[in-house]
Order: sequence, then structure tokens, then C-alpha cells
Amino acid sequence: MSGPSDYQPTNPALKWIERRLPIMGLVHSSFVAYPTPRNLNYWWTFGAILSMMLGVQILTGVILAMHYTPDATMAFKSVEGIVRDVNYGWLLRNTHAAGASMFFLAVYIHMLRGLYYGSYKEPREILWILGVIIYLLMMATGFMGYVLPWGQMSFWGATVITNLFSAVPYFGESIVTLLWGGYSVGNPTLNRFFSLHYLLPFVIAGVVVLHVWALHVAGQNNPAGVEAKTEKDTVPFTPYATIKDAFGISCFMLFFAWFIFYMPNYLGDADNYIPANPGVTPAHIVPEWYYLPFYAILRSIPNKLAGVIAMFSAILVLAFLPWLDTARTKSSKYRPLAKQFFWIFVIVCVLLGYLGAQPPEGIYVIAGRILTFCYFAYFLILLPLLSRIETPRPVPNSIAADVLAKTGSKTAPMVSTVIALMVAGGLLAGSVQNARAEEQETPPSLKWSFAGPFGKFDVGSMQRGLKVYKEVCSACHSLSYIAFRNLADPGGPGYTTEQAAALASEYKIKDGPNDQGEMFERPGRPADYFPSPFPNEQAARAANGGALPPDLSLITKARSYERGFPRFIFDFFTQFQEQGPNYVDALLQGFEEKPPTGVTIPEGSYYNKYFPGHAIKMPKPLSDGQVTFDDGSPATVAQYAKDVTTFLMWTAEPHMEARKRVGLQVFVFLIILTLLLYFTKKKVWADAH
Amino acid sequence: MNPDASTIAAGAPIEVDLAPIAEGQDIKVFWRGKPIYISHRTKKQIEEARSVPVASLPDPQTDQARVKDGHDQWLVVIGICTHLGCIPIAHEGNYDGFFCPCHGSQYDSSGRIRQGPAPANLAVPPYQFVSDSKIQIG
Repeated sequence: MSGPSDYQPTNPALKWIERRLPIMGLVHSSFVAYPTPRNLNYWWTFGAILSMMLGVQILTGVILAMHYTPDATMAFKSVEGIVRDVNYGWLLRNTHAAGASMFFLAVYIHMLRGLYYGSYKEPREILWILGVIIYLLMMATGFMGYVLPWGQMSFWGATVITNLFSAVPYFGESIVTLLWGGYSVGNPTLNRFFSLHYLLPFVIAGVVVLHVWALHVAGQNNPAGVEAKTEKDTVPFTPYATIKDAFGISCFMLFFAWFIFYMPNYLGDADNYIPANPGVTPAHIVPEWYYLPFYAILRSIPNKLAGVIAMFSAILVLAFLPWLDTARTKSSKYRPLAKQFFWIFVIVCVLLGYLGAQPPEGIYVIAGRILTFCYFAYFLILLPLLSRIETPRPVPNSIAADVLAKTGSKTAPMVSTVIALMVAGGLLAGSVQNARAEEQETPPSLKWSFAGPFGKFDVGSMQRGLKVYKEVCSACHSLSYIAFRNLADPGGPGYTTEQAAALASEYKIKDGPNDQGEMFERPGRPADYFPSPFPNEQAARAANGGALPPDLSLITKARSYERGFPRFIFDFFTQFQEQGPNYVDALLQGFEEKPPTGVTIPEGSYYNKYFPGHAIKMPKPLSDGQVTFDDGSPATVAQYAKDVTTFLMWTAEPHMEARKRVGLQVFVFLIILTLLLYFTKKKVWADAH
Repeated sequence: MNPDASTIAAGAPIEVDLAPIAEGQDIKVFWRGKPIYISHRTKKQIEEARSVPVASLPDPQTDQARVKDGHDQWLVVIGICTHLGCIPIAHEGNYDGFFCPCHGSQYDSSGRIRQGPAPANLAVPPYQFVSDSKIQIG
């Protein structure tokens, strides 16, 4: 991509190919001999990281699509099937889901790097615009991918986002009907989103080729922001950039693996473990974190059409950046004012993201409006103004001079001030949220055997929990994702295959039709699933005062509570993700005979301290002595609650032990690999600095 | 990519029996995948809806224009928030009507927008009374 290559293969077979299709010459000139500026820092490795992430997403996505069913009645179940039954399906799914977040994280760093070092300026305008197009395509792909599991957040996210287009004057409703393929979000919508979600990544790959092409024509920008002039300014791509990128990728993989193996649900929403229900809107519709700043902009404008326009403009304004910022100096390193405002802009974006996750009321709306103004002011007022009034510091004569001068020590205090500012601002915001959270009591954090990086299920507790489920819960609650064979799975409740088969045969399973065309009952087999107590949803509702007893297979992942700032940041390091078990355990023990004074509970409901709204349709299910354990464990409600919760944590994630075990192996491997790459990189670069 | 024939056919009119709905109660039925609220309004709710000056509303419309003549107690609206399509909850909010949990829009007992980001009143689906206690939606 940088002119005719001087690459000459020596092998006669390769020579023969090269004369007809000079593909090796192309690869050689683009990724081996290609000159890269020698002063690039690690922010430049995110380009390679993004290419890797695209590859990871396409690879895992293609395999996931082999097992996924894009049908409104089966999509949710097929995703659970992938996680439970497909070989290493949990790994594929966690990688793909966390991969989306990592992809966006890397792209945001990549974009901010471009912003800081002026990588959009002449002659890289087209390169930058192609990047904005890739980003837009990524947003569309990410959104449609999030719809596919067909959980509550998928469905309602799809409803809210497609309804954005109804704001278009005159054509709005027709556009929305066209997107839905029906009168509301439904099966046709899911089908077309699946098709497009499969298509768009390849479109992205195509635009990435153009992006890299444009990059290799203009050459890479660099921290000094001066173009490479002589050979002294550059080093060949291989081995210099290759080894540096490999080290960067390896570090990024460590971070990525933390999510895949230890925090798979940290970035997700518990509501998405509840199957889509067109009749019930979740109390709090929140998009994935990477859309939050734009969601905050949308909501801060009181007019619907204006809000939608503002949201899309917030992205499109990026495409005009090369003409908004006309300063001749590229790198903000030499622009004292631009540098400070850049960091303020970063804080504005983070705070907008925080607001996007908050309910749209009171102080949040006002703060959202101020920050939305700041966001646009940065691009439309500040950058054009700065390029006129700012006096930049002198830039180095050449890249080589920049490397020798070793400037950059001056940026350190700036960065630390910024981090201090961000933490302070975050704490302030967090205290506001904590003050609000007081109204609902959060469940106490209990000690669980399965918590932490080496956590394992307590087999005795699971077996007791299964007994509690069988004797109490199963009267109303189904457990449809668990088959009897699962009871004998490794990492499960520790039964033998024979014991699981014996347990299955205690159940009557409806089968048929037989040769006479009649349904009949037969004893259960290991491959059968736990039968539901009610034949259908309506029967379940009718028997329970109108409330549907939820399926318990996923209940410990489908329930959660706010941890609030800053606790959710510490949770990332401590791997805390036991909100679900804490809630289920607390709920089972949270019943009180008499509601506190001032609280009235409707007829047919019961007071529960931890249930949102406190009025639960389920009567107190457990009382002391109700179930007797063979192993002499105390027959108390506290013990029942703990055991059944442990059992239900296993039903929600049967492969948790495998996940943590493989995680450990992956981490050992990645840490060794990263160290080796680091030392190799040092050796390779030793003579270049 | 417009709706296919089977989707359109499934969207044919439906009949709903109103007899079991007591005063002050409401039911939700699905038509074309959309929830339709049918409310049997109380006297108080009707009065509230009619006493508010129409000109002061964000989307001015009289209550009479939103119900069928002679069947003033029945309010039939599509339960989809006109902001971004969430389903408002009946009997909540400050106006004895509907409250949308997503972005805080509030509708009154006539389904008209009173507060919040939604731009328009809850839509009234096409329907007519087949008899005094039965309606056909669609």
C-alpha cells in the first residue's frame, strides 16, 4: 500500500505466484518494511488491539450463530443452551459478550488518542472520517447483537432505540414499521436483526481495510505531530511495531480475560436474564455502558425530535473535526490550552455516561443539560476558538529530535491532577446516589462458598438445597433449564449417573403422542428436564392470585440490586458478583408478619423487607422444621435459604467451576506470555531509542 | 422489509367483552402486538379529565374527543408511551391515569400527556361498540 514493493521471493513456487498476484509483496510493504515513526507510544497499539478484537468477535460470533436460533419463542432458550450444553459454549458466549465491551473500550481510547494528538488533521481527514464510519457501524452492530439473547433488556432496548426513528417528521412511523417488520418489536424484528448483526461485522472489516489503506498512504501520526522526513525518523514495522503491538495485545488480553473468566456479568444487566415480555417494561431501561453518554444527551433535551437530532449530531460532529480544529500544531503536547480542555472533555464524557445510567429526574436532568452543552461547546466553540487564540509551544524539528529530547515528563502532573479531579467528581456523584438508595434496604452480603476466583460450590449445601426445592419451591416454581442428567455433571451437586436416573424415575413426564395418537405419562429419564408444576403461564397465574411464580433456573442471575458508586468500582477488583444470591437469600428470610406502621399491603400480598415495593404475592414459603436433612444440618429458615440459594446459583451457572478453573490456566499462560513479549520488545527496541 | 402477509392477517380486528370489567378497573389486551388499555373509569376520573382547561394541555384534546359518545366511562388507549415506546403503568402518577417508568411521562385519566418528555397523548386505537358491553378493536 505504499508504492510498488521491492520484495523478491527466492522460492520458485512463491516467485511463480508473486508474478501473477503480488500479494506477498503487498503484505511485505504494508506490514514488514512499512516505516513507522519511531516515537510512537503505547496509545498507538490500540489500532492493533482493535483489529484483534474484530477478529475475536467474528470468530466467536460465527460459532455462536451455529448454535443460536433467531426465533422469538426460542432465542432466549437457545442462548441458555449454548451456555449449558455446547462444548465451551459458556466461554464463547462470555468472550463475545465481554468482547463487545472491550471492543468499545479500545475504540474509545483509540478515538481519544486521535483527538489528543490531532490525528485527524491534514492529510488524514479521510482516514479519520472512515474511522467515524466504523464507529457508527460498530454502534449499530453492538445494538443489534444485544437484542439477540431476547431478554427483557434486549426487547425493551430494541423498542426504545427503534422508536427513536419515530421522531422523524412525516416518515417516522413508516420507518419504524419497516424496521420492525410488524406492528411492534417481535419475531420479524429479531430475524432481521440477526441477519444484519451477521452482515455488519464484515462491512466493518471492509471499511477497516480502507482505514488501514488510508493510514498507509498518509503514514502514521505520532506524539510529536511532525511528519517523518528522513529515514532516521522511522523504524520498519517488523519487528519494531509488531513486537510492541503483540505486547500491547497481550496486556489487553489480560484485562479482557478478567471479564471473561471472573466477571462475566459485571457489564451486563440482570434484567436480561428474564425472557422478553412485551407486556411488562423494566423499571429502568439502561443501554449498554458504551452508549450511555449519547443516551444521556438524548434524555437531557426535553423535545423528542430535538433529543434524537442532538444524539446523532453528537456522533456526526466528530466527522467535521478536521475542519473545526484548524490549529496548525497537531499534537496537544505542544498546545497548553487544548491539552487542558481535552482532559475536561474526557471528564464530561465520563460524567455523561454516569448520568445516562441514572433515572431521568431532578438534579440528573439539569446536570445532563449542562454537560450536553459542554460536549457540543468543546467541538463547536472551543476548538475553532482555540486554534485562533492559542500560542502553541515550539514543536521539535523532527521525530528523531523528539526521541532524543525525551520531552513528556511534563505531562505526568497533568494526568494525576485529572485523575484526582475525576475521583473527586465521581465521589460527589456517588454520595448523591447513595443518599437516594437509602429508601430501599439492600440485602446483607453473605459469605458464599462459590465467591471469589477459587470459589467452588458446596456439594452438601447443594444437595440440601435440591431437597428444599423439591419439597417446597417446586409446588409453584419451575426449573425448566435443568435436566436430571445435569445433577451428575462435574461441578454440580455430586450425584452419580445412577442416582440422577433414579431421581428422574420418581417423576412422571408427559410424552406422546403414541401410536393411538394419545399423550401418555412415563417415568422420567436422565435426559428429561424438571417438569413444571403448571401446564402454562395462565394456569400458573390463576393459581397464584394473578402473579406468575418465576422459573428458578436463572433466578440468582436475574435478580440484582444497586451497589452504587464507588462500590461498583471496588467490586471489579474483589470480583464481587453475588448480588443475586444475596437477594434470593434475603428475600426468603425477609418476610414479616406485620408490615411496619405506615405501610399498607394490598389484599392477597405479603410484606417482605427486600422485595421491591415490599408487597409480594408469594406467602412466606419456609418455616423452621419444615424440611428435615439427613446430614444433621439445622432445620432452620436461615439454613434452608442458604442451601436453596447455593443450589439455585448452580442451576443459574452449572459451569461456574470450569470457568474459574480454565480462568486460572489462562491467566498463568497470559502472564508468562506478556512477560516474554515485554523482554523481547525491550531487546528489539534497545538500539532504536 | 414491510410486514408480511401473515403478520398483517394476524393484525385483524378483535372483539373484547367489557361486561366483566368493574368500575375503577381496567384490563390490558394485545392487538397487533400492542397492549391496549381498556379502563372503566369512575365518575371522579371522568370529572377530572373534563374539568382541566384544554388549552393548558401540551397536546390539547378534549376528553369527549377521546371516548365514544354515550360510553363516557370507557377509555380505550394504546398503552405505549409516545416518547420511546415503553408501557405506562395504569393507576399511577399524579393525574389518576398512567405513569411511564422509563422516562417519567405522566398521563391523566383520559390518557393525555400532562408531564414529562412524551410529545403526544396516548393514541386511541380504531374501535367501535358492537353492543353496549362489547367493542371491536381494529
